[in-house]
This record gives sequence, structure tokens and C-alpha cells, in this order.
Amino acid sequence: MDQVEKILETRELNVNMGPQHPATHGVLRLVLDLDGEVVVNVTPYIGYLHRGIEKLGESLSYFQALPLTDRMDYVSAMSNNIGYVVAVEKLFGIEAPERAKFIRTMVGEMSRISNHLLWLATHALDIGAMTVFLYCFREREWILELFEKICGARLTVTYPRIGGVRNDVSQEFLDSLYKFTEEFPSRILEYETLIDQNRIWLKRTVGIGVISAEEAVSWGLTGPTLRGSGVPYDVRKHAPYDAYDRVEFDVPVGSEGDTYDRYRCRMLEMRQSNNIIRQCIEKLPAGPIMAEAPKLVLPPKDKMMAVTHPDQKHAFFIDEKVCKGCGMCLRACPAKAIFGEKKKPHKIKQEFCLGCMNCYVTCKFKALKIIPGGRGLGDEQLAELAKQPIPEEITKATELLAEHFAYVKRGPRVPEGDLYVATEVPKGELGFYFVSDGSGKPYRMRVRAPSFVHAQVLPRLCIGHLVADVIANIGTIDIVLGECDR
Amino acid sequence: MAVVARRISLYPAGIDPKEIAEKIKERFPEEVVEVTEFRDQISVIVKRGKILHICRYLHDDPYMLMDHLQDLSAVDWRGKKDPRFEVIYNLYSIRFRHKIRLKAQVPEDNPRISSVVPIWAGANWHERECFDMFGITFTGHPDLRRILLPEDWEGHPLRKDYPVEGPGPEKEWHGFVEVLSKAKELKPFEWEE
Repeated sequence: MDQVEKILETRELNVNMGPQHPATHGVLRLVLDLDGEVVVNVTPYIGYLHRGIEKLGESLSYFQALPLTDRMDYVSAMSNNIGYVVAVEKLFGIEAPERAKFIRTMVGEMSRISNHLLWLATHALDIGAMTVFLYCFREREWILELFEKICGARLTVTYPRIGGVRNDVSQEFLDSLYKFTEEFPSRILEYETLIDQNRIWLKRTVGIGVISAEEAVSWGLTGPTLRGSGVPYDVRKHAPYDAYDRVEFDVPVGSEGDTYDRYRCRMLEMRQSNNIIRQCIEKLPAGPIMAEAPKLVLPPKDKMMAVTHPDQKHAFFIDEKVCKGCGMCLRACPAKAIFGEKKKPHKIKQEFCLGCMNCYVTCKFKALKIIPGGRGLGDEQLAELAKQPIPEEITKATELLAEHFAYVKRGPRVPEGDLYVATEVPKGELGFYFVSDGSGKPYRMRVRAPSFVHAQVLPRLCIGHLVADVIANIGTIDIVLGECDR
Repeated sequence: MAVVARRISLYPAGIDPKEIAEKIKERFPEEVVEVTEFRDQISVIVKRGKILHICRYLHDDPYMLMDHLQDLSAVDWRGKKDPRFEVIYNLYSIRFRHKIRLKAQVPEDNPRISSVVPIWAGANWHERECFDMFGITFTGHPDLRRILLPEDWEGHPLRKDYPVEGPGPEKEWHGFVEVLSKAKELKPFEWEE
């Protein structure tokens, strides 16, 4: 008898799921202890995608760190950018113009829709509904094409800027976006016909991964993952940023806190986002798209480049009386057109000059004179022309260029202090905590990534359920490991 | 199974953060070191000894109800401030919509502080990350291990004395050295162009 028991002995099984597993949405590794089909314990291991964005942020200037935020949540890069710029703007104490705010709200909501579409596609695919995947990607592709229209990039957009947005939206873009908003609600209905009342979908989602409101708050869940449990917390309403206080929308809130409620929350949220986009298009005010804040944001490129672009054929001339021969321009010249000895006035070989203005902005003594349209003239002619006064628009543009140069080289001058600013990204609350020591780089940049917080709740959701539900639970908390590991 | 779109009012109602700072001062007069303000956000710098009590008070008091731990992290003030570390707690009340930031001072020679996991379950991974990146030990934490880096990693990367470019070729993590040697070994079998 003992022998039989020994042969039939049941043991806990230790299964390693991931990091290379299609249902873990990246490189999440879960070590599962199984008793038959039932999960006894789950230990998540993260960090496979850790790139040290917080450490990198400390060594980069504020505007240089912006592209890093694209690489966190690469599914909805636009929202991450907005979260970053909103935080930095508050730190600088500047405000984006109205038009930029509405544009940012609009693209942020587009990003929310595209994120939820990808979430729905993969979540349904994980659970076993393949068809939804294809339909969702059809609409996601549409949004990505619209992104491409405004900024040229589809995924890592880096479209918002500190103090506004990179470029203005065209009427053509607005028209095609409006067409999208007209079409999209009927597409949501299409997805819902596929899975909303589907018996398999209901069996796999209703009553799975239940978490109560108190517990969800205690675990720090945010976004639709929290609202599925019935807590109406939305940063867009609680601490409005951009134009969210001027558009009308409701916040979908669930009651049971299970996978199905969270799914419904996201479906309703897509409709609300669609509404917000429409309102933004209708209310979009005219005006500038970048804030005017000297030494805090980059100077406007169009004002600067229209007169100082190399194509303008300007020539440069060194005033021998002013030049001290410090050699700064000599080193700055990419074409090596400047020559001369130390502590003696330098000269420019006009035939090599590219008109890049590097020497002009480097010179501390203002020994260089800009001669509009003087490229190709001889030294004597230039010396003659240098005596004439320079047009005002060119002096102004060159001043802006020098400011631009200083901004890029040294970074903006930021007041000392620290602040935490949260924004609502599709996955939840994305927070940036900056400590500034007055230099052009943050002393400490902390990213509160929603995926990081959400991933820790997995053991709580999975223990006691079946192995198959682990997949549903990973899907329902909507994590992206790029953001989780940072 | 009833998910409804709810209308949420926009305007925040809550206690002024300055008042919260005053109340903390009143309640724990010996603990509060300084109260600072920047861009309408109030930070209360406290000693580390009674951090669990202060957090418990802010979480449980019916007028505070700071139920949402937005963020927990640390800052290294190497050579700028003494004590060297500060553990930062960003607290928020979902019902009352007010917030406050606590900063607990942690010295370099004994980097220990009480864990707040008993109050907010979500502090678990934040504290593990702090331990991983700054080497601050959280006493009473249920499972204090490295989280983002491998368990046998040396050093704490977010400290200011840790170079951005990494520990250098001699002190490279052994796992990475193994991968490199393996890649070298397998190079003859690569596809030819």
C-alpha cells in the first residue's frame, strides 16, 4: 500500500513561465507553484528590460530626456511624452498656449484609444478570441497613420515639446481625424458583437481576478484597473492638466472588480476618448503652439532659420580691432575655414565658409560681423560692407540663434525645488518626481510607472485560481514591461 | 457587472496642504524638521524614527484619509546635505483630493527605515526598488530582495557615486561576461553575409 501511495504521490509542480512567453506582454517572468491545475504561489521577476532611464535622466538636460519617455510605454508613447512635458512645464513655471493644450489633449486621447485597442487585441488573443485581434489592429493602424501625418513617426513620436508641441496640425489632418471619430463608435460595436455576450469570453472573465475597492487602492492600482473595482479616481478629473477641464467627459466605473468589469471600463473609455477628440477638434482655438519663455524653451525655429539658414548666403567677417585671438571660433568651425595664430586676429577663408554660423555664436567678444548675402565676395569688398549697419531682423535672428546655442549647450535655468506631477496615461497614473538643483539637468528624475505598480498585484490576483486564469490576469492589469522596468 | 459612465466633479475640495503640515507638526512636534513649499506643493521633512506612526495617522485619520500612496522613492544628497538620503512619500487622498509629501531623513552609516507595507500593500515593490537602487533597508518588509537588477549585482546604481556608464570592464557583472564569452564561442557558426 505504501508503495502504491509513493507512486501516486502528488507533488507541487514548479513551472517557469516566461520571460519569453507570448502571453506575458514582453519579458515578464513568473515562477508558478502549482498543485495540479491550481496556482499555489506566484513570484514575478522583472528587470529584463531595465535601461536605467532614471539614472540616464540625471545626466541629460530636460529636453534631451524627452525621447527616453517614448521608450517606456512604447504602446502609447504620446501619453508618456505628455506626462513628461506637463511635469517639466510645471517645474519651469511656464504654461503652454491654448492651441497646444488642445492639440495635446487630442493626441493624448488618440493614444489612449490606440493603447486600449492593442490591449483588447492581445487580451482577447490570450484568452482565445483571435478574430478581435485583426479587427483591433485595423483601427490601430488608422490611428498610427494619423500620428504619422502630424509628426512623421508612428510609435516613438516625441511630438509634444516642453512648452507646446513640435508642429501645428493641418486642416487636412483634422478632417481625417474627424472622419475617424465618426466611424469609430460603430467599430467598437463590432468588437462588442464578437465578445461581449460570447459564452467563452464570459466564462473566462466574469469572477476572475476579483479585487475589492479598498484592496485595489491599498495596492496602488490606478487607471481602468482601479476603476473596474468601483473607485472613481481619474487624474484627468482630480487634478486636470492640459485642456481636460474644458472638455466634457464621464468616467466609466465598474462595480465587481473582476476582469469583465475592467474590460467594460476600457470599452466605455474608448467611447469617451472618441468624444473628447471630437470636442477638441470643434473647440480648437487659433494661436501659437509654443510658449514664449526665453531661456526656458527653445526659441522659435521659423523666426530664427528664415534669416540665418546657410542657404541665405551670408558671409562672415572678423573685425581685426575686436578679435582677441582666443581660438574659440577656430575650434568651432566645422569646415576649418578660420585660420590664424594665438592672440592675433584670425581670418576667414571665404571660399571654404559654409555659412553655418558656429563661429558667430561662439565668439564672446562679438568680433564677427554678419554680412547678408555676401558669400563669394572678396575680403576688401566685405570689409567695405562690414561698415554698413546690419538689418534689424538679422540681428534679432542671430541673437535667438545664440540663445538657442546656449540653451542646448548648458540647458535651461531652472529654479531649485522638487515636485511630483501625475497625469492619466491609458494604463493608469504616470507620475514624474523631479528634484532640481538649479542646473540644466534634473538632480533626480523619478518615474512612477503604472505598470510597475500593477505588476506587483499579480500574486494577489492569481493565487487560488487555475493556470489558465494567470493569462487572463496578466492581460487585465494591462502592463507593458518597457514601462515596468524603465 | 454594471459598468456605468459616471459624472465626476472637476473642482478639488480638500484640506489646504499647509494645514496638513501644521497638523503633522502639532501631532509630532519633535519629528518634523522642516516644511518647504515649491509650486504649491508642500513637503514635510521628518526624522525617520516615527515614520510608520506618521503614515498611520495620515492614512487612518478621518479628516486625512491618505489612502493612495502615489509614489515612494529616495533621493541621494551626497555631499550636499546631511543626512545623505531622503525617502520620499507622495501621499494623496482619493476622497478629499488633497496631497502631501513626506521626506524621511536616512543617514549614510545606518541606512534603515521602517517599512510602510503594513499600511499600503503597494509600497512593497517601491521599497524593493529603493533597496535595489539606493541600498536603503526597510525593516519589517516581507520580502526585501533586489527587483530590477540581478540578485548578485554589486553596488546601488542610483547613488550619486555610481558612474552612469556602469562599473567598468573589470568589475562587469559575471552574467554579462558569460554571455559575451558565449557569443565569442559561437561566432564561427554565424551566418555568412
